[in-house]
This record gives sequence, C-alpha cells and structure tokens, in this order.
Amino acid sequence: MSRQYLIRRLMIAIPSLLGISIVLFTVLALAPGDPFGELASNPAIPPEVAASLRAKFGLDDPVWTRYVHWLVAMLHGDWGFSFASRIDVDTLILQRLPTTLIVIGAAQLLAILVALPVGVLAGTRPYSLFDQIANTLAFIGFSLPTFFTGLLLILIFSVRLDWLPMVYRADLGATGWRWFVEEVKQSIMPVAVLGLFQGASLVRYVRSAVLDVVRLDYVTTARSKGIGERKVITRHVVRTALIPVVTLVALQMPVVFGGAIVTEQIFRVPGIGSLLISAMLSNDTPVVMAVTFVFACLVVLFNLIADILYGWLDPRIAYR
Amino acid sequence: MASAVVLLAIVLAVLLGPLVWRVPINEIDFAAQLAGPSWAHPLGTDDLGQDILARLLYGGRISIAVGLCAMLVAAVVGVLVGAIAGMSRGSVDVVLMWLADLFLSLPQLPLLLLIIYLFRDALTNVFGSQGGIFVMVVAVIGGLRWMQVARLVRAQILSIREKEFIEAARALGASKIRQVVRHILPNAMGPVIVAGTIDVANAIIAESTLSFLGLGFPPDIPTWGRVLFDAKDTLDVAPHWALFSGAAIFLTVLSINFIGDGLRDALDPRRVL
Repeated sequence: MSRQYLIRRLMIAIPSLLGISIVLFTVLALAPGDPFGELASNPAIPPEVAASLRAKFGLDDPVWTRYVHWLVAMLHGDWGFSFASRIDVDTLILQRLPTTLIVIGAAQLLAILVALPVGVLAGTRPYSLFDQIANTLAFIGFSLPTFFTGLLLILIFSVRLDWLPMVYRADLGATGWRWFVEEVKQSIMPVAVLGLFQGASLVRYVRSAVLDVVRLDYVTTARSKGIGERKVITRHVVRTALIPVVTLVALQMPVVFGGAIVTEQIFRVPGIGSLLISAMLSNDTPVVMAVTFVFACLVVLFNLIADILYGWLDPRIAYR
Repeated sequence: MASAVVLLAIVLAVLLGPLVWRVPINEIDFAAQLAGPSWAHPLGTDDLGQDILARLLYGGRISIAVGLCAMLVAAVVGVLVGAIAGMSRGSVDVVLMWLADLFLSLPQLPLLLLIIYLFRDALTNVFGSQGGIFVMVVAVIGGLRWMQVARLVRAQILSIREKEFIEAARALGASKIRQVVRHILPNAMGPVIVAGTIDVANAIIAESTLSFLGLGFPPDIPTWGRVLFDAKDTLDVAPHWALFSGAAIFLTVLSINFIGDGLRDALDPRRVL
C-alpha cells in the first residue's frame, strides 16, 4: 500500500465530514424555536439586554458565519454545557464513549465469528440442506428487530430462568475476579442481540462473496495442483472473498450504531446511545447535537479504516 | 409463496379486522388489567385493561401505511435523482452521486431522532398531533432511504441508454424526457421494485424503532412499536403483551423480506445474493 493511497483516502474523509456537519447544522438552523425566545418574552429583561445577548452569541449573523463558528467550536471540543447533568458535554461523552465502543466492538467480533464459518460453509455447498437452513436463519435474524430480540432475551434469561441480570449496572459492588464475572454476565445479552443481528446480514454477504470466488479459474487451478480441499478454501477462496466483505461491513456501520442506540436503551447500558435518548427526553439540546456529531464522526472514521484495510487486502486498488 | 400468503393475511386482518372485531381500542377496564388471552380478549389486555387485539389491528394500519408511504417517498426521490444523474453526464451526475454517498454515510437513526426531536412541535402545530407525526415520520424515513434506489436507477440508465432501441427512439426524435419515461424506466424497474419491497420492511422497522424509543407516535396511537414500548416494563407479569406486538412486527417484516428475495430471483437473475 502506497503512502499516496493513504493520503488520498484521508483527503476524501475531510469533505464527507464537512458534508455531514453541513447537514447537521442545516437541520439545527432550520429547526423552529429560538434559544432566546424565553428571554424576549420575559418582561423582566429589557430589550437592550436581550439584543446584546443575541449579538454576543452571534444569533443575527448570516448563516454561513454561524456555521463556521459552530464548526470551529465543535472541532475545539467546545460542545457546551449539559442542562440535565450539569457538567460539560465533552466530559459527559468521554465518560460514556468507551462503554459504547466496547459493546459495539464485542458485538462485531461475535458477528464475524458466527458469520465467517457459517457463510463460508454455506457458500461452498450452495443449495445444500446446510445452506438452506443457514439462509432461513439469516433471514429470520435480520427480520427480528433488535428491540424485540432484546425483550425476548430478557424474558427468557432474566425473567424466566433468572440467569442473567436484566439491566446493566455501571457500579458493580465487587472487585477482582468477581467483578469480571459480573461484567461478562451483564454484557452477554446486549452483545448477543447486536452481534447476532449483524451476523445474520453478514452471513449472506460472506456466502455470496464465497459463491462468486469459488467458480474462478484460479481455484480450479489450486485444486488441480492437488491441494487439499480444506486448504483451498481457507488459503485461496476465503482470502479473496473477504475483500468485498470488508467494504460491506463498513457500509453497515450506520446501521450498527442505530442498533447500539436501541440495545443500550433496552438494557440501560450507560453508553452514548442511551445518553442520546435520555437527552432527547429531557430536552438537553447541546448533548443531543454533540452525540449525533460523535456518531457521524465514528461512521466516517470506520469508513476510512475500511478503505485503508481494503487497500491493504487488495493491492490492485491502491494503484488505480 | 407462503410469505405472500402470510403478508396478505396480515394486510387483510389489519384492513378488515377493525370492522369485524368491534372492541374499541381505548376502552379502559381495570377489572381486566394485564389479563392473559381469553375468549373476551383473544390476545389479552394491557395495563389499562384495553384489548390488545383491537389495538394491534388498528396500529397495524398505521405501521403498514408508514412503511408503504415512506417507500413511495424513497422510490420517487430515488428514481428522480437517479434518472437526472444518469441522463446528464458530467458535473450534475458527479454532484448527485456525491450527495448519495454522503447520505449513505450519515448515521441514520441518530439523525432521524434528531430531526424528530427538533421539528416535532412545529409540525404538530401545522398538521395536528396525529397527522403531523405521520407526515414527519414518513418524510424523514423516506428522505433518508432514497440513495439505494437512486444508485440502482442511475446504473440501469447508464447501461440501457446505450442500447439500440434507445438510439432508435432518439433517431425518431423522442425528447430526453420521453426516452426516459417511456423507454428506459420501464426496463429499469426490476431492481427498483426489489429495493422498494425491502424498503417497506426497513421503514416499518424504523417506525417501530422510533415508537419503541418513545419518540414516535403518541400513546393514543397504538402502532406496533408503541405497543411494545408500553409493554416492556411489565415483561415479568404480562409477557403476552410484548410477545404479540413483537410477533406482529416480526412476521410482517419477515414475509416482506422473503417476498423481496423472491422478486429478486424472478426479476434480476444475474445477482446471486
């Protein structure tokens, strides 16, 4: 992979980040309601004070100046003050972000661990019984909305069997080994809900990618050289088939974040997804804007990582 | 086939059900609070003693209507953008496709929640509480889903417009609009129909997600997601409440997805997925 390719990819990420910020700002600017509406109607505040406040915060400036001010503030990490939690928004988000990333990461890992073997097996034996069962299960898997699977798991494992805790607790009253066991126990359900949903759609991508590659001439060549079937599949087929799958995983990231919001809300996981919902329910606009912005940045970041991985996996891409 | 039968049954039940099952959706009866399935209430009752069957039948109309309308919005915008991009070479095409890529990399659910959070009150004032939310949910879900259709239409147009029969139409003096509307689009509809079918399922899930998070329809409009949202706190005493509403969403979405897959096999034999 050349350095040129890396730089070009980084350059492509900047306009898309700018585009996303423009979309977000447009939504915010078009939204009805004036943050100083209350001040204007309050008779205790003289109009001059209200006007000077408006001037101070630049509310009467042209739209693009406001956009630049807003963007600069966002990039400086100056995200405002949470009305509900009484702390700075950036500290609040930094507290919550690691939990979200761990849950999403573990879920993606689970999805890949399930989808890779199943997809490869199904793709190498198309239309067999195994393929049909896997395909049907995959269909069921991504037709089950995450909020319903979450409730189902709670119903089975928490309410009926009482094996796993119903809600996620940030402050476990335990240390050392017991803390770890408790932490794993309470993470199983959120990770499973998100991971199996992801895995279900991933299975179909892997299967069709493998199906495309298995027919190629170089695979026949490998077989005719006398390489064992298992080695042909693992060393020759899967390596090539994974290349398009990487892009598809990246394209799925916005969906993953959506799923993360729902799962965090169901299991009360203290991540940025549940923060977003609680901020919306308590009209905490700075937090809402900042969390949406963070989600957008994460999506762009993961697209970037996928593109770089793509260039590394497939050297033909880098020199185009 | 089986999925088409299931979907037809659900649609018929939702359309005709409220005419046959004449229990009002908001009849409060504390004597029958959180009761399980019985002859008087085949699917049980909720925490206010309201009949769940009646609520699901009524809410299904809204859930499915949201799905269909959002799909229509997405399809119309997508076909329009795709056709313009496909027929105009050069900068318009580049800009439109860049826009599609940008929308594809937007975090959908957070943005959906943000727009609804910011605009809910204004639209409620204009259209009334039910109409306002309906218009907003449909517009926002549809407006964030046109990209797939636009790319498909553009790709189809790029290949079809070089075919001989289009050249013939052009030679006969057909205008650009006539070429697209009468000759190209009818031949490009296959993948669009498949994508549109799957969009209905996605839009139903999106609407249920919003309602489930408590940010969609208000409690007096029992869409399936809203019923599930109300049911989740009494999961231990009244699991039937959550199970039936979740099963309604799941069955509808599953059958639509299966139909979409079947249509793909029928209309688009080149793709193996």
